[in-house]
Amino acid sequence: MKNITEYLEQTAKNFPDKTAFRDENSDLTYSQLVMKAKSIGTALAGLERKNVAVAVYMNKTPMCAAAMLGVAYSGNFYIVVDSKMPVERIKNMFGVVEPVAVVTEDGLADNIKELGINAEVFICDEISGQKPDENKLLEIRRRMIDTDPLYCLFTSGSTGVPKGTVVSHRNVIAYTDWVIEAFDINENTVFGSQTPFYFSMSVTDFFSTIRTGAELVIIPKKYFSFPIKLIQYMNDNKVNTIYWVPSALCIVANLDLFKYTKPEYLEKVLFAGEVMPTKQLNYWINNFPELFYANLFGPTETTDICTYYVVNRHFEDGTSLPIGNACNNCDVMVVNDKGKECTDSEEGELYVRGSFLAYGYYNNPERTSSAFVQNPLNNAYPEFVYKTGDIVKYNEYGELIYCGRKDFQIKHMGYRIELGEIENGAAAADGVSVNACIYDAAEDSIVMIYEGKAKKEDLFDALKKRVPEYMMPNRIIKISSMPYNSNGKIDRVWLRNNFKTIE
Amino acid sequence: MEDLLRILSEVKPGVDFTKEDDLIESGILDSLSIIQLVTKISDEFDVEITPLDLVPENFKSAETIYEMIQNAED
Repeated sequence: MKNITEYLEQTAKNFPDKTAFRDENSDLTYSQLVMKAKSIGTALAGLERKNVAVAVYMNKTPMCAAAMLGVAYSGNFYIVVDSKMPVERIKNMFGVVEPVAVVTEDGLADNIKELGINAEVFICDEISGQKPDENKLLEIRRRMIDTDPLYCLFTSGSTGVPKGTVVSHRNVIAYTDWVIEAFDINENTVFGSQTPFYFSMSVTDFFSTIRTGAELVIIPKKYFSFPIKLIQYMNDNKVNTIYWVPSALCIVANLDLFKYTKPEYLEKVLFAGEVMPTKQLNYWINNFPELFYANLFGPTETTDICTYYVVNRHFEDGTSLPIGNACNNCDVMVVNDKGKECTDSEEGELYVRGSFLAYGYYNNPERTSSAFVQNPLNNAYPEFVYKTGDIVKYNEYGELIYCGRKDFQIKHMGYRIELGEIENGAAAADGVSVNACIYDAAEDSIVMIYEGKAKKEDLFDALKKRVPEYMMPNRIIKISSMPYNSNGKIDRVWLRNNFKTIE
Repeated sequence: MEDLLRILSEVKPGVDFTKEDDLIESGILDSLSIIQLVTKISDEFDVEITPLDLVPENFKSAETIYEMIQNAED
């Protein structure tokens, strides 16, 4: 099979009445999901366009999932725009991909006028009830190939203009082959989905769900502030698998939530997106040692993930969790500054090759050609690799260790320093719930920003025990509330620009 | 109460918290700002806010938050 909608239909044939997507207020069975997606696809097919962008501007609901798949039926690719995204960011994204249509819902349609764009607007509820044109949809699929784009997903570019990574059906099929195999995803899996549909992590639970007949339960964002209800909601829906950002797992640990309530059905805990601090991971493991824990690692440009590590031994608080080894059907290599493969435990940049690799950035040949390059270890035939910009090395177990971002690697007093190492040290200190380390190049100083009950002196002393003198922060700032970006990651850009005014 | 209003305006500047009576549904307090708020309250009022206190009903308005703090002090 070459197209993700074929997999969807196969699942719907096997499990027509099983719930595919559910949230607090609504749900769609597989047969309903296919029906709605085909109807939406039929309406969009009326545009008579192929391989162009269609924006899905909806709240994270089962209908939003149907709209995303509807775009795939129409032979085009989707971009997901969050209802709470700032207008300027939406304008930037639209400027890059120039969507020909927007699928939206009542209550959001008015906002589109503000954007002043030249795209046809469809109200999802109106078009999803129409009778699908099966012949037309089949004809579209027959002409499509597996390398046609399925979606374009935006990551924040450091320059301010977002980069739109183009990902194909082939990428998602190859990638989810691994997900399904590695984590045994099947029709009994019930995902508790935390990440937004515009974030690459959602590709993992979204598409492994529709390929296997699993169920995806959308967790309302507000429950992460009302964690007792979060666990209750997970139990009510029999959630057994979660794939969350570490920040979400840390909320649970920092509140000592399991003293009050416990997830009853949970079996698998997967995480990615940023470094999972071992202190908080140990909280989970100590409470639920029998669960399966895995650390996944990768960028949007490799569909979502390229390496992973199944937690199989104990880690002291403040030590770093390996990112493990390459996923099945994906290859990674560690390359040094000279373009040669690193030996032993030498640090180098992580390169990825294989079918998980996206095709590059939409309408951005410069950024594409600097990140997607000819494999430096292969001169015999054309082969692209993706340069992740992540610095990694192998440990004594032959597992990859994440050292930091290439752009976070700093030179300070002549030493090459990974800010992540200082963060690891601070994370282990008592009374530090979150922390981030930034480098102020103008003043050649390392700035540690943390949230928690610890006094600055205590954190300083704790760090002294863990990092060498030359890595000690020049300044420690206590922040009452760490800023986060829309994906739930620590907003380092904001910190870099504003740390001077925090205190 | 004044301390609380100050903390609230630090977490979400530019909102008249004496007037708002549904901070959750209106979206003024989102998930992360509630966690931030609770950390500040625990620090400044020196009370222990447990996950049991973290229910939407306690965060509807400045008044309900204040009641929650008073209950935690007892």
